[in-house]
Amino acid sequence: MVKTATFSRGVHPHEYKELTSHKPIEKLPAPESVFIPLQQHIGKPCKPLVAKGDTVTIGQKIGDAEELVTAPVHASISGAVKSIGHFPHPLGGRVEMIHIQNEPPEASSESEILLDRPTDWENASPTDLIRVVREAGIVGMGGAGFPAHVKLNPPPEKPIDTFILNGCECEPYLTADHRMMVENTDEILVGMAIICKILGNCKGYIGIEKNKPDAIQRMQERVSTLNYDFTVVPLDVKYPQGAEKMLIQSVLKRKVPAGGLPLDVGVVVHNVGTTLAIHAAVINGKPVTQRVVTVTGDGLRDPKNILAPIGTPFQDLLNYGGESLSETKQVFMGGPMMGLAQYDLSVPVVKTTSGIVSLHQEPVSAIRQMPCIQCGNCVSACPMNLIPTRLARYTQNQRYTELIDWGVFNCIECGSCAFVCPSAIPLVQWIRVGKNKARQVQKSAS
Amino acid sequence: MSTQSPASSKGKSKLQEPENLLILASSPHLHTTTSTQSIMWQVVLALLPATAMAIYYFRWPAVVIILTSVITAVLTEAIINRLKGETPTITDGSAVITGLLLALTLPPTFSIGGTILGAVVAIGIGKQLFGGLGYNIFNPALLGRAFLQASFPIGMTTWSVPATLAGSAVDGLSGATPLGLYKFEHALTGYADLFVGNVGGSLGETSALAILIGGIYLLIRRFADWRIPVSYLGGVIVIGGIFWAFSPDQFPDPVFHLLSGGLMLGAFFMATDMVTSPITRLATWIYGIGMALILVIIRLFGGLPEGVMYSILLMNAVTPLLNRYTRPKIFGEVQS
Repeated sequence: MVKTATFSRGVHPHEYKELTSHKPIEKLPAPESVFIPLQQHIGKPCKPLVAKGDTVTIGQKIGDAEELVTAPVHASISGAVKSIGHFPHPLGGRVEMIHIQNEPPEASSESEILLDRPTDWENASPTDLIRVVREAGIVGMGGAGFPAHVKLNPPPEKPIDTFILNGCECEPYLTADHRMMVENTDEILVGMAIICKILGNCKGYIGIEKNKPDAIQRMQERVSTLNYDFTVVPLDVKYPQGAEKMLIQSVLKRKVPAGGLPLDVGVVVHNVGTTLAIHAAVINGKPVTQRVVTVTGDGLRDPKNILAPIGTPFQDLLNYGGESLSETKQVFMGGPMMGLAQYDLSVPVVKTTSGIVSLHQEPVSAIRQMPCIQCGNCVSACPMNLIPTRLARYTQNQRYTELIDWGVFNCIECGSCAFVCPSAIPLVQWIRVGKNKARQVQKSAS
Repeated sequence: MSTQSPASSKGKSKLQEPENLLILASSPHLHTTTSTQSIMWQVVLALLPATAMAIYYFRWPAVVIILTSVITAVLTEAIINRLKGETPTITDGSAVITGLLLALTLPPTFSIGGTILGAVVAIGIGKQLFGGLGYNIFNPALLGRAFLQASFPIGMTTWSVPATLAGSAVDGLSGATPLGLYKFEHALTGYADLFVGNVGGSLGETSALAILIGGIYLLIRRFADWRIPVSYLGGVIVIGGIFWAFSPDQFPDPVFHLLSGGLMLGAFFMATDMVTSPITRLATWIYGIGMALILVIIRLFGGLPEGVMYSILLMNAVTPLLNRYTRPKIFGEVQS
């Protein structure tokens, strides 16, 4: 047995991946209508490029903005713009969205709009490739939603020597990346090659948790058959292995400086879904109009990995998974460790929807809270080596100077501390409050 | 199901909507199955071998003291819960641990009245006065014991030999602990007797074997930090060993240090009390070595034969400071 790479501390939640890990990706039949949010990314929201009543074609750009940090949005089905208005968003609140009603295009008209792209990517300039990535509206599809074209264009004073494909998928329940790695191996590898071409001379690594042996094996096989200079790195099954800083430590033994970014240590990390989207854009000219979503949980009769158009309401996907709604207590977008609880199932799938988890069990918040007994489990769990119980206490006592001194801004909000706390204290929730308050205090002081 | 017109079904579904409401909460939405309550009861379970040995060696007096102490501790907790108007906390197991630990540190001949007083002080002053579970600075059982040591200096130092030795001993009613024998008569006790606990001493401290069984269980299940017994016992071996190496005639050897007195019980069950021990790794090592140093100094140069209680209480007192001044290096932090 080869010793696998890993990071320090972290936790081992039950995986629940067996529900969907063996199920091939299924394509969702086109929904009746979709709601495309004008903001699905970190950065400036888009402005609509279409008006009510317009006819749109799949792949057509329907929203964009001028600023650098943004990502355009595209029609994910062909049809008519029924309305443009504010609808519930899975990240909370109401966000401006374009509501498109499905109308299959007439046979004579163009069935799909493709991106303008270089015919031979291997001889194209990085600038041209970055432009394609931008026009395709690609963002960090693992959940962060940071525009990929910005990440692929680091400032010249930060030379990049390594690209890491993040195939950890360390969140329980989620298997979308796993299935993509097994089913779309070659496309992902081409996507990696494109990324390495854009970044210049860089070494490629593929980090996969070893609970996905088929993905590891398939990647290794194809890398050697197709003669890529990439290294597959099997990683320990531990949460949060897929957090950028942890992954870089596991694979390269490099530590991203506190408050810094991966590019400070010469690394760019992209998720499997993002890399596949880069392949689709550069090779096939397809913008982000669909993504693989793991629809799972004990609230479903038939959990699945579903390829769904962006903008499809959650309810449509849950119905496709054979939901028995009356018993469902919670639904989240993303995995259960960092996912967002939803109250309205009309919210649409966005570019960062890696999974929809529907559960029957009593929520964690129903567990009786006890006082902190100083067991130190949160300290042993924190991958950032913080003292969560102390940060929570400083927040409760409104001692923001100490809160900052003890490193509150380094918290990546992975939730490991709250997961292990025997007294069921909502530690990461307190830390989130503390971060906000400390930021306000900092702002008003300067 | 009866069929309804679209209009009425629409109206009805609106009225019934609350039944299908989804629960909103902040992530994480998964939680470990280990609870504070389960940890406490596991500690009680781990104390059972030592409790059984106490009863085996000291018979009925042991049963009486253990029951008195546990019942008093739980009752005190319940009464204070009531006075404070809070939900009863007696089912969380922490009061049972305090009562049981206190009993195991008492001499077999100790009075029932004294035991009751000790348990009341342990829970009332040692724990509840500070705010209850999680807020106390000192290990409550040891605080209760310290109170008894100051109040009943004779009762707390009058020992009987185990029932297993009663027939053979010259004086069947009173005996001395191995540490007392060493300190005042410079006599050593055999290691085999020390290890199984066939010697005089407090109820639960004599059998290193029984304590190890429970203690190792706690370490394996991670309900106690292994660094604490390792640094405490290791510190005693090293520091005691240095004195012994310099003057083997004057000082006992490290094995004797380890097996005699309350060191094993203290190292595995009292120093490891989560509430009163540090949470950062560096602080934990300092805590353990600090206890070892204090213990050896008291044993070798103090007026008392035993120093486990004071070594733990003194290091309990500095635990908040240790936690404060040993902030670990944050991931990626550069030392400036």
